[in-house]
Amino acid sequence: MKSSNDPLWREEFSIRKSEERYVSRRQLTKFLTLTSLGMFVGNLWVVAKSRIRDTISYPAKWIARAGEIPVGGVKLFEYPAPGEQCLLIRTGADEYVAYSQKCTHLSCAVYYSEKRNRLECPCHQGYFSVRDGSVLAGPPPRPLPRVVLERKGADLIAIRMQDQPEA
Amino acid sequence: MENPQRSRSVTAVDGAMALIIILLITQVWLLSATLNALLAGHRDAAIPGAIASGLLFAACLTLYRFVVRLERPK
Repeated sequence: MKSSNDPLWREEFSIRKSEERYVSRRQLTKFLTLTSLGMFVGNLWVVAKSRIRDTISYPAKWIARAGEIPVGGVKLFEYPAPGEQCLLIRTGADEYVAYSQKCTHLSCAVYYSEKRNRLECPCHQGYFSVRDGSVLAGPPPRPLPRVVLERKGADLIAIRMQDQPEA
Repeated sequence: MENPQRSRSVTAVDGAMALIIILLITQVWLLSATLNALLAGHRDAAIPGAIASGLLFAACLTLYRFVVRLERPK
């Protein structure tokens, strides 16, 4: 608002510092509220994702013949979809385990170290137990997803990922 | 010289903004925690997380409306 004491240039240049500060704060508040809406939408997406995951069905897939790989040996395979690399590890004469090869930290490919008997991620030194895929050390926040195997005669068949409830 | 009424409004806006920032940090933490739980196979946390996030958003919206009302001409 113009007052009688204001110089003439005020009329031409009507932006006041205090008002400008006030408006920019209001705009920042609006931006923060919209960011809050974004976070809420993100949480709704998590709910939707958890519902969709309920409906995923894992196909049974032949992986290898028992005895095909030596004790301490590894075979790569793709499960449940092409491009989803997994590791089949023969840990004993008649013991096999399989895990997703994707590190739960930043998705680097993990490998099996027979010498240390653990799965290792070379990117950030994340180590996983070969027994159950749990994190032994390093930054990974979660265990490696485990592929559940079924033995049919001499054939090893992947039937599902471990977090999938039993049918 | 600043109008004292306006100065009080700016202080109120600052307070509301500080509260919104705290709520927003909580929401960021909530989203990362529920996403982490989902990826770990614990899907039970998703719905309570979304409800809590919705309540925090409602609180942010209320504070924003308070800020808008403050600057409305009387």
